[in-house]
Amino acid sequence: MSDLVLTGGSVLTEDGVVESDVLISDGTIVEIGINLAADTIIECDGAWVGPGFVDLHTHLREPGEEWKEDISSGSAAAAAGGYTAIVAMPNTDPAVDAGHLAMFIVDRGRSTGLVDVRPAGAVSMGRHGEQLAHLDELWEAGVRVFTDDGDAVADAGLMRQAMDYLATRGGVIAQHAVDPGLAAAGQIHEGAVSSLLGMSAIPAEAEEIIIARDLRLAELTGARYHVQHLSTAGGVEMIAAAKTRGLEVTAEVTPHHLAFDDSMVATTDPAYKVMPPLRSIEHMDALRAGLRDGTIDAVATDHAPHAAHDKDVPFEHAANGITGLEWAAAVVNTVAPLDPVSFYTRMAVAPAAIAGTPDHGRWVAVGNPAHLAVFDPAHEWVPERTVSRSSNTPYFGMALQGRVVATVYRGAITARDGSPAAVALTS
Amino acid sequence: MNHFLSTEDTTREELTELLDDADSFVEVLDRPIPKVPALRGKTVATMFFEPSTRTKLSFEKAAKALSADIMSFSPSTSSLSKGESLKDTVLTVQAMGTDAMVVRHKATGAPWRVAEWVDQPVLNAGDGAHQHPTQALLDALTIRQRFGTLDGLRIGIVGDIRHSRVARSDVFAFNTLGAEVTMVAPKTLLPTQTDGWPAKASEDLDEVLTELDVVYLLRVQAERGGASVFPSLSEYTTRYGMTVQRFSRLKPDTVVLHPGPMNRGVEIAAEVADDDRSLILEQVANGVAVRMAVLFRLLGGEHDE
Repeated sequence: MSDLVLTGGSVLTEDGVVESDVLISDGTIVEIGINLAADTIIECDGAWVGPGFVDLHTHLREPGEEWKEDISSGSAAAAAGGYTAIVAMPNTDPAVDAGHLAMFIVDRGRSTGLVDVRPAGAVSMGRHGEQLAHLDELWEAGVRVFTDDGDAVADAGLMRQAMDYLATRGGVIAQHAVDPGLAAAGQIHEGAVSSLLGMSAIPAEAEEIIIARDLRLAELTGARYHVQHLSTAGGVEMIAAAKTRGLEVTAEVTPHHLAFDDSMVATTDPAYKVMPPLRSIEHMDALRAGLRDGTIDAVATDHAPHAAHDKDVPFEHAANGITGLEWAAAVVNTVAPLDPVSFYTRMAVAPAAIAGTPDHGRWVAVGNPAHLAVFDPAHEWVPERTVSRSSNTPYFGMALQGRVVATVYRGAITARDGSPAAVALTS
Repeated sequence: MNHFLSTEDTTREELTELLDDADSFVEVLDRPIPKVPALRGKTVATMFFEPSTRTKLSFEKAAKALSADIMSFSPSTSSLSKGESLKDTVLTVQAMGTDAMVVRHKATGAPWRVAEWVDQPVLNAGDGAHQHPTQALLDALTIRQRFGTLDGLRIGIVGDIRHSRVARSDVFAFNTLGAEVTMVAPKTLLPTQTDGWPAKASEDLDEVLTELDVVYLLRVQAERGGASVFPSLSEYTTRYGMTVQRFSRLKPDTVVLHPGPMNRGVEIAAEVADDDRSLILEQVANGVAVRMAVLFRLLGGEHDE
């Protein structure tokens, strides 16, 4: 008898989708076939069985703001959402700009043991945009993605240095693309809604200008370049053109930029305050199309926990961000549904390649590490609670279609039906 | 009507009823004892988180004329300097026993947040560059007193519309009441987009000047320096100021309004400001009456006599 069998699902293999059982033993997929048996059975009828999701953009808030989230609570939220690996953003306090800080995060992730926690490193010391961070140390500590996320690397000279420094190794420079001068004190997308509110706004061009510049620098240096939380139609166009030219360029989109347009901020509800801002419907439609046709490689949550008091204030004083790990897959499946191969490509395979996590994002095959997400695309439900330490989400009360039935990490069940394993295993 | 926050979603009937009530309060304010007992026993809190002279005094005079008590808040003497949040501040004041809150705040939408937190009517006395709905009421009342109606009138709003809560409130109120509104300003002071604005836009005051029945001049925010939005104050005055020469080209019954405080010699010549076709002081007087009307509408009823 083996450990665990997933029965009756549609299994995402290298050769396409097959109706099959999947047998797991000692953390490895040992057999794909029919009528397989094991001590533990998860019935997957009607569900997809594919590689565990990989999030390129998670804010875990540890070290420095543990009242919002920590590596343990964030890992639990990730597992509940079908994730088996997450990339932790370096805009903590202190910023992850040196090797020992990256190692701390890896260690904390390991001791939690619910997902692989992969730290992203800062591009610049303290994320101040002036002097390169300890890129070598970070690389040696296992960092493969470098970003000053939360702020852009605004200085073109510094960006070029970072790209030159990392190009040979193949490190990914990920950019929070917004021109700080053009964005100024902007709070929301510049358009019809901001015009009526009279609120300082950020034109789409603030993102597009930085992407245009960075693409030239990527071509100059040969570096791998990744656009974080892409929000503009112009950005989608430029990424598509750069790929056609053969540049090693990738992009991610968040569930909320796929789900909402800027009409949601017309009532100045701080729940919808994010950066980059929710844009107009034309931009949202372009993002959905870009995700569908593969111009946008990956869905990334930008899971950004904040305390209640950071949001219970007027919009202009509220913190940016919403939480999303637990329902990202469901939101994508609801607002921008994809066929199962494309879905797992954007949720797992492509982000794993960008994150540099070779154990993850592999089509289901005998001999592979058992990192799996079982997703039922037809299940209808309404999120009402969270295992994150923060509740700053607009998704409570929203009807969603699609649910994570189970998450399997290193062969162990880490979540069942949207709840972390500790709860699921006792039932 | 539970709150009075914006003119964007008020109906013609609601605005007309408020203006009709305001007309009767204008009459009250003319009496030897300009006071009615309508809101006796009620307490109105004026919560101005941004400095104000005329609007705060006007609301307080309106509340007193309705025999309400007033609790007054100003940020310089408050616990804000001790880091108290907006939410805690308004809940604290409410707990002392208030019946309505008048809120001004520089953050867009702040009065809406307050309306979610408290369980009493909230009146928006100005939020960011967004809305200032009682200003629109007093402007509409002033125009209606002169012309009998706003229906069919051509009203030009001239100046820094992009950063003006007065303009945002006026455009919707004037349009709802039947006027045809044109916004006149250099491109840098017009809204970034005019989708959703029930008004036309022009960069040329002289072209539209002679069609207008009402010229509404907005204050040039000279303290903003101007530099980034127009080249110089004198260039602004040359192109958009209500100079004596431009004033002489207006139709004979056209009137001039201004929300104050004025920059004499910039957006309005002193001679124009002091002319009897300038209704600026009528606007100020009407401010008290319209604020009485809104307070009465939100708090009145059982004390009606």
